[in-house]
Amino acid sequence: MAGASPFVNNRTLPTTIDLADVERKFGDVVALERTTLRFPAGETTALIGPSGSGKSTVLRLILGLIAPTSGRVLFDGRAVPAAEFPALRHRVGYVIQEGGLFPHLTVRDNVLLLGRHLRRDPKTLDRRLDELCALTRFPASATGRFPGEISGGQRQRVGLMRALLLDPDVLLLDEPMGALDPLVRAELQGEFREIFARLSRTVVLVTHDLGEAAFLAGRLALFREGRLVQTGSVEDFRRAPAEPFVEEFLRAQRAAAW
Amino acid sequence: MVKGAAFVLAFGLAASCGAAEPVIVGSKKFTESYVLGEIAARTLEARGIRAAHRQGMGGTLILWQALAGGAVDVYPEYTGTIAQEIVRTGGPGTVESLRAALAARGIGITDPLGFNNTYALVMRRSRARALGIATIGDLRRHPELSAGLTHEFLDRQDGWKPLAERYGLALESVRGIDHALGYEALRSGAIDVKDAYSTDARIARDDLVALADDLRFFPRYDAVYLYRTALAAPTVAALGSLAGHIDEAEMRRLNARAEDTRDYGRAADLFLGKRSPAGAGTARKIAGWTARHVQLVSLSVALAILFGVPLGVLASGRSIGSKAILSVAGIVQTIPALALLALLVPVPFLGISPRTAILALFLYSLLPIVRNTATGLQDIAPELKESAEALGLSPSARLGRVYLPMASRTILAGIKTSAVIAVGTATLAALIGAGGLGEPILSGLNLNDHATILEGAIPAALLALAVEGLFEIADRVFIPRGLRLPPRNPPAA
Repeated sequence: MAGASPFVNNRTLPTTIDLADVERKFGDVVALERTTLRFPAGETTALIGPSGSGKSTVLRLILGLIAPTSGRVLFDGRAVPAAEFPALRHRVGYVIQEGGLFPHLTVRDNVLLLGRHLRRDPKTLDRRLDELCALTRFPASATGRFPGEISGGQRQRVGLMRALLLDPDVLLLDEPMGALDPLVRAELQGEFREIFARLSRTVVLVTHDLGEAAFLAGRLALFREGRLVQTGSVEDFRRAPAEPFVEEFLRAQRAAAW
Repeated sequence: MVKGAAFVLAFGLAASCGAAEPVIVGSKKFTESYVLGEIAARTLEARGIRAAHRQGMGGTLILWQALAGGAVDVYPEYTGTIAQEIVRTGGPGTVESLRAALAARGIGITDPLGFNNTYALVMRRSRARALGIATIGDLRRHPELSAGLTHEFLDRQDGWKPLAERYGLALESVRGIDHALGYEALRSGAIDVKDAYSTDARIARDDLVALADDLRFFPRYDAVYLYRTALAAPTVAALGSLAGHIDEAEMRRLNARAEDTRDYGRAADLFLGKRSPAGAGTARKIAGWTARHVQLVSLSVALAILFGVPLGVLASGRSIGSKAILSVAGIVQTIPALALLALLVPVPFLGISPRTAILALFLYSLLPIVRNTATGLQDIAPELKESAEALGLSPSARLGRVYLPMASRTILAGIKTSAVIAVGTATLAALIGAGGLGEPILSGLNLNDHATILEGAIPAALLALAVEGLFEIADRVFIPRGLRLPPRNPPAA
């Protein structure tokens, strides 16, 4: 399906992202301590941890929405200069809670906004919208609705469609299902896993839900108060917790699940 | 929008610049000045000199600045006022001494027209008799009396403060009130004393008495015309021909005629011994005022949108400059309308013209638009702003495709506020001869003629309602439907 689309990314290797000694302070507050962390190409990595642990800061650093206080963010080994941020952001899809949709635009206009801004061919854009509807199982008949007229789960699908419009190399998701009720959430998690597998892009997912992280990502990075505590699979966390906080976090999550 | 504004601007300029330049006669906002202005204009016309009468242009300050700036060529004035308010030499105030002082400024003065319209303090005859008051000095014995004085008299060098000082008066209640309304207040007993001109027709009609100026405080107020010496000789000669031809009784008769007929033109005709052609129909006059009013409001609000929205965008930031924009716009708003007009009139190119009125209205319309644009943009949820940035939209696309549409409701509300305020404020345009619905309101206030006031006030109120209605429609056109959804529970997934 995607093979026929002019949006398909023909680069053979998806992008590897590295945080190299990256630190970010807001005034005296350290949002992220010096961190070195690799997001391997084509893999899904989940950033987990309590609220305020620095997970979202990592995504915003990758997008260049905020600059590191020290250290560098590397794409395939190269630091991207600020002048190239717009082009970079076209290669990176970003989905936030509730989809971050613009309320004054219909689903269709939200999804196609960037393509129109870049003056892509309207017919091609229409085809791409159909592809994305099929991929995210969003009903094509509802693309004329406004974000206020569709459900939270649908908004999340639209947010993903918008992020995938230009077939980006990298997909960043910040608590994409944080606002959904459990049934919708479970359904959408299944679909997202399928989509990630099909696209084989570099995905970074922020969540505070260990179950969701383990279900969607092969590799987890646990943060606490701006500090990277441990990376690995959930099994690694169980077998060899780096510090007591890891066990504590695992226990708390189990309690919440039941 | 830009095209529309350019069109209206061009139209406004064309309307204000006639082909051949007529002699512009100005007059102040009271009956006698209207009548003398009309007499001058008709005398010039009778001699084949084109003339236009910009009537009721506020007070001495505005008219003097208009004359000095060349926006007005002629207006009636009084020697006492010239000596106290304009020349301020402290000299004897004779026509000869004033002529010498004014010549240096390019202003000429005719010989006196023949009457002395001095200031006077007036009371109801019955009340004055009951209290045994005949002179201003007698007021010292009655500090309980309340005075209602015109704002100009309260401020003047030959007005209330120096007068009270000279006579040692200390009235408990001294209030500022419009001249014509003051007569009503005097008649109803709301005030006991007011300032008047000795030729006011109402002194006799309302059975008032002028208190004797026993200390000779008031200087002479001989009526004259002031004119620009640059005027052609026949024009100056025509004005000079009026000198010595209007005595006090004649002036009082003309003032009475103007107030009886509610028509200054007829008073001028009485003096010139002619009959006025029947005036334009009321409906046509109202249509003309309304059209000019709409022109003033739409042009100034269009300009305010053109400048206000971009300024609002700049003001939505967090820098000191952003705050400064809002502060400056706020300060402009606090300048009283009349003061703003007086400040703008001497500016070259502006002067006594619709341009000045439009500029003043534009300045007043700016703040609500700037403030609402800034607030609307600041109120957009930060995560949505970040989404637009993360999408890789350029700053201008973010503003044009996302932020401004999202703020459209607030911005439109600001424009609506501006338009409604402008409809009200534009009535003041008549003070500087820019026309509009203020013309009947001001002249009606002056003549205490409710019918004339309503000829202006009702269309102005309807216009404000029409603006409200217009914005109901504008809301539908300019606010995206996605922002107008009724609040509802999100449907199940």
